[in-house]
Amino acid sequence: MWTYIKMLEYPVNIKTTNAKLAMAIMSQLGGPDGEKGASTRYLSQRYAMPDKRVIGVLTDIGTEELGHEEMVSTIITQLTKNLTMKEIEESGFYQYYVDHTAGIWPQAANGTPFSTATLQSTGDAITDLHEDLAAEQKARLTYDNILRLCKDEPDVYDAIKFLRAREMVHYQRFGESLRLIQDDLDSKNFYAFNAGFDKKATCL
Amino acid sequence: MENMCKADLLKFIQSTNFAVIEMGLYLDTHTECPCALETYHDYHKTLSKAVHIYEKKYGPLTIYGVNCDTDWNWVDEPWPWQKGCDC
Repeated sequence: MWTYIKMLEYPVNIKTTNAKLAMAIMSQLGGPDGEKGASTRYLSQRYAMPDKRVIGVLTDIGTEELGHEEMVSTIITQLTKNLTMKEIEESGFYQYYVDHTAGIWPQAANGTPFSTATLQSTGDAITDLHEDLAAEQKARLTYDNILRLCKDEPDVYDAIKFLRAREMVHYQRFGESLRLIQDDLDSKNFYAFNAGFDKKATCL
Repeated sequence: MENMCKADLLKFIQSTNFAVIEMGLYLDTHTECPCALETYHDYHKTLSKAVHIYEKKYGPLTIYGVNCDTDWNWVDEPWPWQKGCDC
């Protein structure tokens, strides 16, 4: 069960519109390594996870990612507020505008709609945690790419830097989670059974 | 409330929480309905009290309800989909 808190995790106050930048940042909402994929991935993986502490990590990070969806959506909204038709036509935003005006719709920067085909929930703890570690690095890299695009936009830069830092922290926690899972397995063969499926697993 | 067993208290919290959600949803489109607002406040007050009792006795329901000074007990109780949990 979830409850909404009426605030952003970190403040976003963008004073200058920039539709071109909004198109790029959109990828971190609905792109292959975006926040919607992150929350979907972690919250879905919880049910097959055999360790209560790791379920806690997936729950808490998955919940935080929902907050990041809101932050990215806020950045896009503020970057596209009160655009003139000239700005829309000249920025490359017109293709998005024709279907969504200045509304929020999860897609990648190149227009590909959000898809769960970009993520996995395998029902296997070790595999899922490796997926999660990779996901955090891919999101970090995307934020690095975005940071290079918004050096002259301090308000955007600041919020993106926060989001990037969170990827690093999440990567750390997932690394620890993987260790917690492996500590409970046979160190001679981590893959002898699937702790989330096979009967040998007693921790569920 | 004080004398309820864990399962009964949780069931009470679930139903009261639902009432708060339902009243909130109604009030979103009926912002000037004093009667609904009063009902919301009544349920919310009851919910806060019930959650306080539950968290003191059985552990946190949200990350803000962790009340143990020595250990982090957020992950101790079974998760809602796990065996042995009454939720």
